[in-house]
Amino acid sequence: MAKSPKKYDVVIVGGGPAGLSAGIYTARARLSSLLVERGAVGGQIINTEWVENYPGFTESISGIDLTEAMHKQATKFGLETLVAEVTGIKIVGKQKVVQTSQGDFTAKAVIIASGSERQKLGVPGEAVFTGKGVSYCATCDGPFFRDKAVAVVGGGNAAITEAIELTKFASKITVIHRRDELRATKILQEKAFAEKKIEILWDSVVEEIAGDPFVNKVTVMNVKTKKKTDLEVAGVFMSVGFKPNTGYLKGIVKLDDIGTVIINEKMETSVPGIFAAGDIRSSSIRQIIAAAGDGAVAAIGAEKYIKG
Amino acid sequence: MSKPVEIEETKFDEVVLQAEKPVLVDFWAPWCGPCRMVAPVVEELAEDYDGRVAFVEVNVDNAPRIASQYGIMSIPSLMLFKEGKPVDMIIGFRPKDELKKSLDAAL
Repeated sequence: MAKSPKKYDVVIVGGGPAGLSAGIYTARARLSSLLVERGAVGGQIINTEWVENYPGFTESISGIDLTEAMHKQATKFGLETLVAEVTGIKIVGKQKVVQTSQGDFTAKAVIIASGSERQKLGVPGEAVFTGKGVSYCATCDGPFFRDKAVAVVGGGNAAITEAIELTKFASKITVIHRRDELRATKILQEKAFAEKKIEILWDSVVEEIAGDPFVNKVTVMNVKTKKKTDLEVAGVFMSVGFKPNTGYLKGIVKLDDIGTVIINEKMETSVPGIFAAGDIRSSSIRQIIAAAGDGAVAAIGAEKYIKG
Repeated sequence: MSKPVEIEETKFDEVVLQAEKPVLVDFWAPWCGPCRMVAPVVEELAEDYDGRVAFVEVNVDNAPRIASQYGIMSIPSLMLFKEGKPVDMIIGFRPKDELKKSLDAAL
């Protein structure tokens, strides 16, 4: 492929709320804009069945419906979308060359919004039993655990939302949490505490996941008493945090020690003309509204940068 | 241009197990977000492997017996069948290049 790369004003990497919001703003600024997404648009939020905290929706909306609407809106204003994996970004003078599995694209400005993915816990049995009882998506896999006992590992918003979603299918949900209080927002805690099917194991960590050939047991240790207990479960839903998708950015923009992109209040990275928005940037609060806000800030910054 | 074919549970034996060529089965469901991420990638693979591999989509909602027979407990799951037997399984979203590597290794 020796042909010269296609040129855009702005290339946006990642099609979650941050990237889509950026696309709405750059397209409306009449900047030629390409959004590169490795699968379908949506990002992490497509794993969520109900979004209750995005302003403007009095009834909850599904993550899929919300981001599909954002994508339609951006496309209406002229945003182009390409399904491809971004492998790197090369800086050539003031131009940026975004390298993808579908060829190279040059851009005057780049907005990095490739988000994060579920963190693995790294305990024995986790990898072997992935797809055999260990799951990273309760919305996807909940229905396979009808009338079965399951465990959810974690104590944040994602973990507690998943535990509540699982009450539709599972007979019992044990939340395994390493601290003595939840990080999840209060309204989710209230819902979880009110659910008879949900039990919370405080101060507890997973030691091992076992089964044959499917998960049938998880060994849990209380961090205060060091006492170990076995839980008989058919499923273990992992919700222990997220890691940023910044593999392709190493050596290009400055990352902090947890791998997120260092930015200033204008969403500018260490490289002029490269912006970052959403879960991928340092100190993100990992909320749809914040990602969308970041996207707008980055897009307006990109417009200013291009117009000089 | 080859596209993945959606099949009913009753057709699984004929279309997948009795097939002469390898068949990649995409187990999915409408309520699964990541399944929507995998679908466009599978469509591209269907074109790239046109004539060599058949691509089939199975909605687990309509095919609970098949899903349970093959131990599907996580979707999206891509399962490669050769001569009626599953030889490889990929769970969750993977970039296209990674899927191609797995497919090439298993073919």
